[in-house]
Amino acid sequence: MLSESNSFLKGVMLGSIFCALITMLGHVRIGHGNRMHHHEHHHLQAPNKEDILKISENERMELSKSFRVYCIILVKPKDVSLWAAVKETWTKHCDKAEFFSSENVKVFESINMETDDMWLMMRKAYKYAFDKYRDQYNWFFLARPTTFAIIENLKYFLLKKDPSQPFYLGHTIKSGDLEYVGVEGGIVLSVESMKRLNSLLNIPEKCPEQGGMIWKIPEDKQLAVCLKYAGVFAENAEDADGKDIFNAKSVGLFIKEAMTNHPNQVVEGCCSDMAVTFNGLTPNQMHVMMYGVYRLRAFGHVFNDALVFLPPNGSDND
Amino acid sequence: QLFRILLGELSDTQPKILHNDLHAKHSDDNGENHLEGQMNFNADTSKNKDENTEVTELLYQKVKILCFFIIGSQNLEKMGKHVKAIWVQSCTKVLFMSSKENKDSPTVELKTKEGRDQLYWKTIKAFHYLHHHYLEDADYFMKVDNNIYAVVDNLRWLFSKYDPKEPICFGRGFKPYVKQGYMSGGAGYVLSKEALKRFVDAFKTDKCTYSSSMEDLALGRCMEIMNVEAGDSRDTIGKETFHPFVPECHLVKGLPTTFWYWNYNYYPPVRYQPALSENILKEISQVNKNEDPKVKLGNP
Repeated sequence: MLSESNSFLKGVMLGSIFCALITMLGHVRIGHGNRMHHHEHHHLQAPNKEDILKISENERMELSKSFRVYCIILVKPKDVSLWAAVKETWTKHCDKAEFFSSENVKVFESINMETDDMWLMMRKAYKYAFDKYRDQYNWFFLARPTTFAIIENLKYFLLKKDPSQPFYLGHTIKSGDLEYVGVEGGIVLSVESMKRLNSLLNIPEKCPEQGGMIWKIPEDKQLAVCLKYAGVFAENAEDADGKDIFNAKSVGLFIKEAMTNHPNQVVEGCCSDMAVTFNGLTPNQMHVMMYGVYRLRAFGHVFNDALVFLPPNGSDND
Repeated sequence: QLFRILLGELSDTQPKILHNDLHAKHSDDNGENHLEGQMNFNADTSKNKDENTEVTELLYQKVKILCFFIIGSQNLEKMGKHVKAIWVQSCTKVLFMSSKENKDSPTVELKTKEGRDQLYWKTIKAFHYLHHHYLEDADYFMKVDNNIYAVVDNLRWLFSKYDPKEPICFGRGFKPYVKQGYMSGGAGYVLSKEALKRFVDAFKTDKCTYSSSMEDLALGRCMEIMNVEAGDSRDTIGKETFHPFVPECHLVKGLPTTFWYWNYNYYPPVRYQPALSENILKEISQVNKNEDPKVKLGNP
C-alpha cells in the first residue's frame, strides 16, 4: 500500500516537474519568437522557389488567381505624357488600374480629386478605392506616373502573405523615429491595412488633413504616421539576397552609381532580378522597359518559373 | 529559420559575390575576353539559377560567331571596356581593331590613318586580317561598333538554318543604290565564311574599289559584284531584327514620315507598334553606355 502510493507520488512529482519545464520552455520559445518576429517585420522577404514547388500544381494555379491587385495612380495635368506612357504600358497588368487626378483632363479619363494637395489626393483616393473595391481586390498598389512597375513580380512577392494581415510595403526610408514607405518606389497596402486606414481617416487627431504646422510634411510620411496609429508598420520588401525590390531610382541611375562605386560588380551590385518598381523613367523609357521585360527574348534561354501570372484580358503591349 | 534571421541581424546585407560564370569554359581559349582589373558587368544570364541552358549550349557549339570592332583610337579607352564586359562575352571570339596599337587593351593594329573617311579602308584591312588569321575559327564574322548592343543567342538562332559555306551576308537591308540592297553599317552586319573569302578575293582580282566615303554602301556593292547574297534577317513574322537606332526610336511614334529612314528600308517596315522583333539581334545605342545593361536586366 505504502510503496504503491510512494511510486504514485513520485509519478505525480515527475509529471509536474516535466509539465513545468515544458511550459517554461514553451514560453521562452514564444517569447523569443515574438522578438524575432518583431525584427522580421521590418524586412520582408520574397518567397523561396522550393517552397512554392512543394505546393501542388492545381493549388498553385488557384494561388496565382487569388491575387487581385488594384492600382491607384495619382496624376496631375502636368504629368500628361507620363500618364499616357503609364496607361499604355505597365498598368495594363494590374487587375484594375485607375487614375486619380487633381483635376479633370480632357484627354484621359480619371477620377477627379478636386485638389492638388498630394496628401489630400492620397486620402481621397484610398477612401474611394476602399469604399468601392474592398470586396473585389485584396492588394492595393499606389504609384506616381514616374514609376514603372512589374505587377507579376509584385504578385510573386506577395505569394505567401495573407492580405487579412496589415501589410504596408515598399522601399522604406527612416526619418528619425518614423519608418515610412517612399511614394517614389510605390506603396503596397493589404486590404486589412486599407480597412484600418479608412477607419482613421475621419479622426483628425490621428490622421489630420493638414500635417505639419510650420512646413508641409510629404504625403508618404503622413500616411505612415496615420497607419502607425492603426498598428500598421512599414516593411522594406527584399528578395532572397537582401536587395530592394521596390526602387526609387531608375535602372540607368543604378548602373551609373554602380559603375562608380563598385566597378567590379556592376550588375550584381545593382538591382534585384525580381524588381517590382523603378522610378524616374521618361515616357520613352517606359516603352523600352515594357519591350525589354515582356517581349524581348534571347533564344534558347528557358526560365522555369514556378508560377505564371497572366495579365488581364485585353492587355496588349506585352 | 531562426538562425537565418539571427544571422541576418548581425551581418550586413551585402549582395552575394558572383558564382562561376558558366561561359568561363568557353572563353578559356579567348585571351581577349578575360579582363582583369576592368569594369566587370558580368551580366551573363547563366548565373540565373533557374535557367535551363541546354539549347544555348548546343547552339554555342554549333554556330561560331566572331565579333570584331573597328574603333577610333580616341574612343578605345572610353567605350571599349564597357562593351567588352557586356554582350560580347557571348561571341565565340572577340577582336578589337584600331588604326594604331593600344597598350592598355589587346587591339589589332590595322596600320591605317585615323578618321571616319578611312573607315572603308580599315574595314578592308580588317577583313583581310581575319581571313589571314581567323578564317577557320568561325562560321560568321560580325562587324560591330562601340555603340551596338547585340543579343548573340538570337543571331545564332538566325544562322542555325544557313550553311557558312554559302556566300551570304546579313544586316538591316537598305535599298538605294544596290539592287539587292546593302547592309546598314549602323545596325552592324555579318558575313558568312564564304562571303569573307569572296570579299578578300575581290581585291586580288581588282573587282571592288579600295576607297569610298560610305563604308556600308561600298561593301554592299562589293557583295553584289562577288555574288554574295543579301540575306533576309527578319523574324518569322516579318519584323526586322537589326536596328540602326536606339530602341526608343523604333518603339515609340516619333520619327517623322519624311525621315530618310522610311525610304531606305529594303523591306516594308512595320511602322510604330510594336515595331521591334521579339528576337532582336542588334540595336544601336547612342553613346549611352548605361543603356546596355538596362536591356540586359530587362530580361526576366
